[in-house]
Amino acid sequence: MAISKKEVEHVALLARLSLSEDEKEKFAKQLSQILEHAGKIAEFDTKDIKPTSHVLPIKNVFRKDEEKPSLSKEDVLLNAPAKEEGMFRIPKII
Amino acid sequence: MDYEVVIGLEIHVELNTESKMFCGCSARVFGEEPNTFTCPVCLGFPGSLPVPNEKAVEYTAKIGLALNCNVAGYTKFDRKNYFYPDMPKDYQISQYDLPICYGGYVNVEMEGLAPEGSDPRGYVRRVGITRVHLEEDTGKLTHIGESGRIGGADYSLVDFNRAGVPLVEVVTEPDIRTPDEAKAFAQKLKNIIEHLGVSDCDMEEGSLRCDANVSLRPKGAKELGTKSEVKNMNSFRAIQRALAYEIERHGEVLEGGERIVQETRHWDAAKNVTMSLRSKEEAHDYRYFPEPDLVPMELSKDWIADLRKTLPELPDARKKRFMEIYKLSAYDAELLTSSKAMGDYFEECIKSYSDAKKINNLMMGELSMHLNAANLKIEESAVTPKHLVQLLKLIDDGQISGKMAKDVFKEMFETGKLPKIIVEEKGLVQISNEEEIEKIVDMVLEENQKAVEEYKSGKGRAFGFLVGQVMRLTKDSANPRLVNKILRKKLP
Amino acid sequence: MLHKLTAHELHKKLMNKEVSAVELCKNVFERIGVVEEKVKAYLSLTEEPALSMANEVDEKIKAGNDISHLSGIPTAIKDNMCTKGVKTTCASKILENFIPSYSSTAVKRLFNEDIVMLGKTNMDEFAMGSSTENSAFWITSNPWNLKTVPGGSSGGSAAAVAADEAVFALGSDTGGSIRQPASLCGVVGMKPTYGLVPRYGLIAFASSLDQIGPITKDVTDCALILNAICGKDLMDSTSLDTEIPDYTRALTADIKGLKIGVPKEFMGEGIDAKVKKLVNDALKIFEKMGAVIEEVSLPHVDAALSAYYLIAPAEASSNLARFDGVRYGHRTKQKVENMVDMYSKTRAEGFGDEVKRRIMLGTYALSAGYYEAYYNQAQKVRTLIVDDFNRVFEKYDVLVSPTSPTVAFKVGEKFENPLKMYMSDICTIPANLAGIPGISIPCGLADGLPVGLQIMGKTLDEMTVLRTAYAFEQEFGFKEKPAL
Repeated sequence: MAISKKEVEHVALLARLSLSEDEKEKFAKQLSQILEHAGKIAEFDTKDIKPTSHVLPIKNVFRKDEEKPSLSKEDVLLNAPAKEEGMFRIPKII
Repeated sequence: MDYEVVIGLEIHVELNTESKMFCGCSARVFGEEPNTFTCPVCLGFPGSLPVPNEKAVEYTAKIGLALNCNVAGYTKFDRKNYFYPDMPKDYQISQYDLPICYGGYVNVEMEGLAPEGSDPRGYVRRVGITRVHLEEDTGKLTHIGESGRIGGADYSLVDFNRAGVPLVEVVTEPDIRTPDEAKAFAQKLKNIIEHLGVSDCDMEEGSLRCDANVSLRPKGAKELGTKSEVKNMNSFRAIQRALAYEIERHGEVLEGGERIVQETRHWDAAKNVTMSLRSKEEAHDYRYFPEPDLVPMELSKDWIADLRKTLPELPDARKKRFMEIYKLSAYDAELLTSSKAMGDYFEECIKSYSDAKKINNLMMGELSMHLNAANLKIEESAVTPKHLVQLLKLIDDGQISGKMAKDVFKEMFETGKLPKIIVEEKGLVQISNEEEIEKIVDMVLEENQKAVEEYKSGKGRAFGFLVGQVMRLTKDSANPRLVNKILRKKLP
Repeated sequence: MLHKLTAHELHKKLMNKEVSAVELCKNVFERIGVVEEKVKAYLSLTEEPALSMANEVDEKIKAGNDISHLSGIPTAIKDNMCTKGVKTTCASKILENFIPSYSSTAVKRLFNEDIVMLGKTNMDEFAMGSSTENSAFWITSNPWNLKTVPGGSSGGSAAAVAADEAVFALGSDTGGSIRQPASLCGVVGMKPTYGLVPRYGLIAFASSLDQIGPITKDVTDCALILNAICGKDLMDSTSLDTEIPDYTRALTADIKGLKIGVPKEFMGEGIDAKVKKLVNDALKIFEKMGAVIEEVSLPHVDAALSAYYLIAPAEASSNLARFDGVRYGHRTKQKVENMVDMYSKTRAEGFGDEVKRRIMLGTYALSAGYYEAYYNQAQKVRTLIVDDFNRVFEKYDVLVSPTSPTVAFKVGEKFENPLKMYMSDICTIPANLAGIPGISIPCGLADGLPVGLQIMGKTLDEMTVLRTAYAFEQEFGFKEKPAL
C-alpha cells in the first residue's frame, strides 16, 4: 500500500501538521512501509467477527448529576500561551 | 418547472442538568464570567478523562420517548474529530452509529392548504425523527475587530464555560415542505421539550438552536436535489424567513439552469439573506471512532419502561384534555397548549374560576396583546392567574364593566397591583343600582328628543347613541347591561 | 548503600529507626549526583520538596504514628503523569513548560502513602517508542552499558531503578513500555490488567491500551506498589470496580502443579538465540519447582503488531489533537495567517518525528475510505487475539515468553528505521491488546546485558502472575548490578 505525497498532504492538513517538502517525501515512504506491514491484517477472515474497541467487560459507568467545584481562574489560565480578560486569546480564525 | 421543497432540520437542545456532560462543573453558565465554570475535563487539559452524567442520558431518552422514538438497548459514545478553537479537545464526544434514540415522529398541525393537498381547512404534517443523540456543547468565541464578526476580525477570545454542557441533537427526516411547517415543527419540539422540563429551550440564550438542510427537486422526483445547510437562525421567525429566502434562491439558481453548490450558509437577519462563508472549503472528514475513554451503555427494557412512566402529559394530550374537560374548541385548546407556560397559566386560573371560555378570551385578548406589545413571555407577566381570575370575578359581580376592565388590566399589567386595589384606589365602581340608572336614562331621553323620534321612526342606530349618552354622563361607570335593559323598557 | 535496597527492606530500617527518611532521601540524591550525568534518567529533579516530604515522614515516625509500607520511599515518576505544581512534559517540546494544577490518580495514591517523589523521568515523547531516543530533550543510557538504550518508552524510570537512582518508579505501558525497558535494564516491571490502575492524569497515548504500573527492584516491591495504586477511580470511566486483594499474599514461592503455557509464536525466528536460551533455562527452573510446562499456540498473535500499529496511532491521533497551542503548551512564534496556520506550525514545531509519524498513520487509518480496511479490521483482529488468549487460559494458569526479542541495542541502531524499532514490542503488544496482566523479571545476562522473562496471566489474575514471578525470583536469585 503506497501512499502518495498528495495523500500525505491531505492527512497532514487533517492532522494540522505543516510539513516541509522533505518531510512529506520521508513520511510518504515510511508510512507506505508501515502500512504494507500493517496490511497483513487484511489476510484474516473477520466476516462474523465483532470489533473490539474495549477489552473491558463493563458498561453503564455514570456520574451522578451533582455540581463540583471548578478550577480557580488562575489555574484555568496558568499555562495559557496568550490571554486577555480572563479568556484565551487566539489568532483570527479565518 | 414545478419544484417540491424538501427540508430537514437538525435541532440542538442544551439540557438543564445541574452539572456538565462529563464533569462536575455547573451547567448553568449563561451570562457568567468567562472560564469560571471550567475544570481540567471540560478544558481538555492533558490526562483528564470524561465520566458521563447519568441524568443527561435519562433526559435524552425521555426526549426520544416523547418524540415516539425507539430507545436503543445498546448505545455508545464516539469521537468526532475536527480542529476548532471552541472545542477543548479538538474532538467532540458525540454519538455516531448507535444514538440513544432513533425512528420517531412528530405530528404538526398546520392551517390552510398543504402544498400537495386539496383541503384548505388545514392538515397534519408528520415529521419523521431520524435520531436523537447526546453530545457535549462547545465553548464560545468572541471576535475582536471592527465588525465583531469572524470575517475581518483581528483576533478572537475563547470562553469555555459552555464547553461540555450536555447537548441533545434531534435530526428529522427530510419531511418538511414549507418554511411555515419548519417553524411550526420547531415550536412544537420546543413545546414538547418544555413539557418534559429537561431544557430551558431559549433560542435567544442559545439553549435551542436550529440548522436546516434545504433542497428542491422536480415535483414527482424521488431523488433529492443538492442541499444547502442553513445555520444561525436565532428565532422561530428567522427559521421561517431564512428558509423562504433559501428556497427562493434555490429556485432562481435552478431556473437559471445552474447548479446548487453544496455548502453551509449563514442567515443574516439584519440583511435578510443567507450568505456563504467562503473560507477555503476543506473537505470535512470527522474520522468518527468509538470513544475509548468511555464504556458502552446498555439501557434495559425495564429501565426504558420505568422512564416512560415518568413522562409528563405532553402537548397533544393536554390539548385533547382541554377540549374534553373544558369544552374548548380545537382552535382555543391548540393556542392554550402551544407552550407549557401558557397551559400552566390557564390551569392555574381554572382552579379558582370555572368558565374556561372567559379565561381563554381574556388570555388571548388583553393578556396576549399586552405581552406582545411589551415583548414579554407569559411567565414574566405581572398579571398572574390570581390577578386575572379576580378581574373576571369583578366583571361577573357587575362591580366593573368590560370597558373599565380594560383600563384596570392595563394598570395591573404595568404595576402588578391586584384589580380590587386598583378599583378601590380609583373609585371605579359600576353603577348597578336600577333606580339611579333610571334617573339618568330619564334625563337623557328628555334632553335628546330628536334621537328618540329617530328611534321611533325605525332608525336602530339612535339606540346606540342614547346608550352612549348614558355612559358618558356616568363616566362609563353605569352597568351597560342595565342601561340597555332600562332603555328598552322606556322606549316602546 | 541505602540506595541499593528495596522498599520492603528500607521500610524495616525506617520502622526500627536505623535510618531516617531524610537520610535515605539525601543518600539517593547523592547517588543521583554521582551517576545521573552518565545515565540521564531524569528530566527534572525535585530535591527540595522531596526533603520536606521525607521530613514529614520522620515527624510521623517520631510521633509514633503508623506509617505505610511505602512511607519515605524515594520514588521516580514517568513524566507523562501529571504532578500538581511540578512540570509535566511527556518529553515533548509541546509541553516543555506545562505545569499541571492537578495530580494523576496513581501519583495521588502514592502521595497518600507518603512516598517521597524525587523527580520526573525521561521517556519517548508521548510514550511513543521503544528506546527513549524519541525524547525531545535527551537520550537516557542503559546503566549496564552506556552505549545502549534503556528501552522504552519508560526508559528513564527503568534506568533510574537499575542505577539505584530511585527505589522504585512508576511507568506506563501501551505496547510494552514498562516491561520492555524493565527487561533491558534488568529490573522488574509490571503492566497490570487494563483498567486496574486508574488513568486519570496519565497523559493519554492510546486510551484503550494505556496502563500504569510499577518498575521495581524485586517482585515484593511490585506487589506493595500494586496494593497502593490499584482500584476504582470515579474520575476514570474505564477503571474497574473490583475488589483489590492484598497482593503480597501471592508471594508464596509455591508453584507446584502450576500450568505454564509457552506460546510458540513468542519463541520463533525473530527472537535472539541467546535470549531464547535464557528463557529455556528459566522454564527448566519452573519445571524443577513442580510446574507443568507445555507449548501452546496463539495463532493470530502474529497479526498483533500490525493491529497495534493501526489501533494505537488511531487513538493517539485523536488524543494528541488537544495540543494545539490554544490553552496550554507551545504556540508558534512565527507569523500566522489564521488558526489552521497557527495549529499546523505549532504542532510541527512541538512534536518530534515519531509522534508526527504516528499521528499521520492514525489519521490515515481513521480517514474516509480507509476506516474499514485499517482501523475496523484491526479491531476485529484484536477480537481474534483476545479469543486466542481466552482459549489457552482455559487450560493454562500463565503464559511465559521472552519480554524483548533482543537485549539492549545500541543507541542509534534502530532509530532511522521505524519498522525495525516497532519489532522490539512483538512479545509485549499482545498483552495490551488483550488487556491482560504481564510482568517482566530478570532471568540472566547475555553478553553482559540483562534478559527479561515475561509472565502473562488471566484478566485480573495478578495474584498468579506475582506468585509465579516471585517463585522464580526466589529460586533464580538474580543479584547482578550494573557497574557504574
